Amino acid sequence: MDTKKLQKSEKAGFAPLSMLYACLVYLFLYLPIAVVIAFSFNTSKTNIIFEGFTFEWYAKMFDNRQLMESFQNTLIVAGVSTVFSLVLGTLCAVGLYKFEFKLKSLVSNSLYIPIAIPEIVFGIAMLVFFSSVHISTGMFTLIVSHITFSMPFVAITVRSRVAGFDRSIEEAAKDLGANEFRTFMRVTLPMIMPGVISGGMLALTMSLDDVVISFFTAGPDSTTLPLKILGMVKKGVSPDVNALSTLMILGTAVIMVISQIAQNRLEQRQGGNNSES
Amino acid sequence: MKHKWNNRLPMFVMIGPAFLWMAIFVLAPLCYVVGISFLSKDSSGGVMFPLTLASYFSLWNESFLTIFSRSLLLSLQTTIICLAVGYPFAYVIANAPKKHRGLLLLLIMLPFWINSVIRIYGWNTLLRQEGVINSVLMSIGIISSPLEMLYTDGAVLLGMVYELLPFTILPLYASIEKLDRSLLEAASDLGATKPHIFTRVIFPLTMPGIFAGSIQTFIPSLGLFYISEMMGGGSTMYIGNLIKNQFLSARNWPLGAALSLLLILITLVLMKLYTKVGSLEDMA
Repeated sequence: MDTKKLQKSEKAGFAPLSMLYACLVYLFLYLPIAVVIAFSFNTSKTNIIFEGFTFEWYAKMFDNRQLMESFQNTLIVAGVSTVFSLVLGTLCAVGLYKFEFKLKSLVSNSLYIPIAIPEIVFGIAMLVFFSSVHISTGMFTLIVSHITFSMPFVAITVRSRVAGFDRSIEEAAKDLGANEFRTFMRVTLPMIMPGVISGGMLALTMSLDDVVISFFTAGPDSTTLPLKILGMVKKGVSPDVNALSTLMILGTAVIMVISQIAQNRLEQRQGGNNSES
Repeated sequence: MKHKWNNRLPMFVMIGPAFLWMAIFVLAPLCYVVGISFLSKDSSGGVMFPLTLASYFSLWNESFLTIFSRSLLLSLQTTIICLAVGYPFAYVIANAPKKHRGLLLLLIMLPFWINSVIRIYGWNTLLRQEGVINSVLMSIGIISSPLEMLYTDGAVLLGMVYELLPFTILPLYASIEKLDRSLLEAASDLGATKPHIFTRVIFPLTMPGIFAGSIQTFIPSLGLFYISEMMGGGSTMYIGNLIKNQFLSARNWPLGAALSLLLILITLVLMKLYTKVGSLEDMA
């Protein structure tokens, strides 16, 4: 009885301290983000002292042509590369699950190379490669490099989802006369959809998040927003950059939440399947 | 024959494009980098024959060795601080009520997915001479003249720790969460004190997580050249900046390629070490 009480009181004494510690770490993680957001509403032109509240910069950022261009590039690259890496990665994941062939381990191991090598080396390898085949850096090389680093993540994410599903449903579809393509579109794809969605969200956030690889594969006329900010920081940044960054932060948060919901759905669904069998 | 082809066609359609993509844009460029490292640079900043090991030999010089040791030291410091900050944090999260854990983890992941240039730019705003921290400290009278915080080695270290902390926390969390609570109770029933339980039970059992966290922090820390530029002002060179410069400003591709391969080598050795320790853990 006594020891139990003691343990309880110890726990109660420990909890606030550990809570405080956790809060401090969260504060450390969110402080710079909060500062970026706060200064996007600042009336002062410099990011020094908070003077007053305004939405001015959210209107002004549209007049900053270079900034808007880099933002537009960021969105185009993220959108296009996500679509391509989704198609390539999903097909590859399902194919690797379905078929047995000689070079299978080579194909699936090659997916891990961009994940394993340091980003900076990957960026340089692409830069050197493009210049050797006389393709000058620009939107094309930027998009190609983003597809290359996000596609393996899509393939691996989808593959881990595919591993759990029931093959007999696909066989049933084929027995009922559906061809390979129809079976894929009508049966396989809907079943792995949550995996495809979280793979897509991963590709999208990775593209928006990338700095190192884009640094080497972007051309002078195709900078992305992060590269633009990187170039501006030393000279001083005007608050319209904060406004745009705030939108990026919000966008990322929304993508994260959607992908979390997709994942939870999948887990629920898989849980349901398991209990049925 | 035709039948066989029909069976194989879907396979080629599904796997072929992805594999071709990886072969062209990953395998070929990497082989090209390996090749370049054995060439020498020509006067226009390109590369030329004959094959030579000169770039590799030139790595062994005093100024490069200083940069390597400085980089390794920074990465080591980053890893140790991340572990020291991340371990207690992961422990707290892993012991939080189960229904809150998902949200607490999401809160760790969220900043990690927001573009890091934006987040480091936030630190820039905080630490600058006329930045938020200095103006707050001065207005409440703790200091009379602004502290020099940005563009110091300490600022670079702070940026690295900030950027990589989630990489350390996630594996630590995974291994602490798996910890069998009944072992802790058993130790406590047998009269072990709290520090004892930690050093003799918790710490050894979470060693795989500590190891995974260290590797996942140390490896990426070697290549983050933009953090030292944003937080250190680019005056101090690290291996990432050195590589970058060989390709963009100094235009010595063979040297840059040799440096890149050195970085890959360090990564591979660490990963090999990691899988080896991992398999030892499995056997135990």
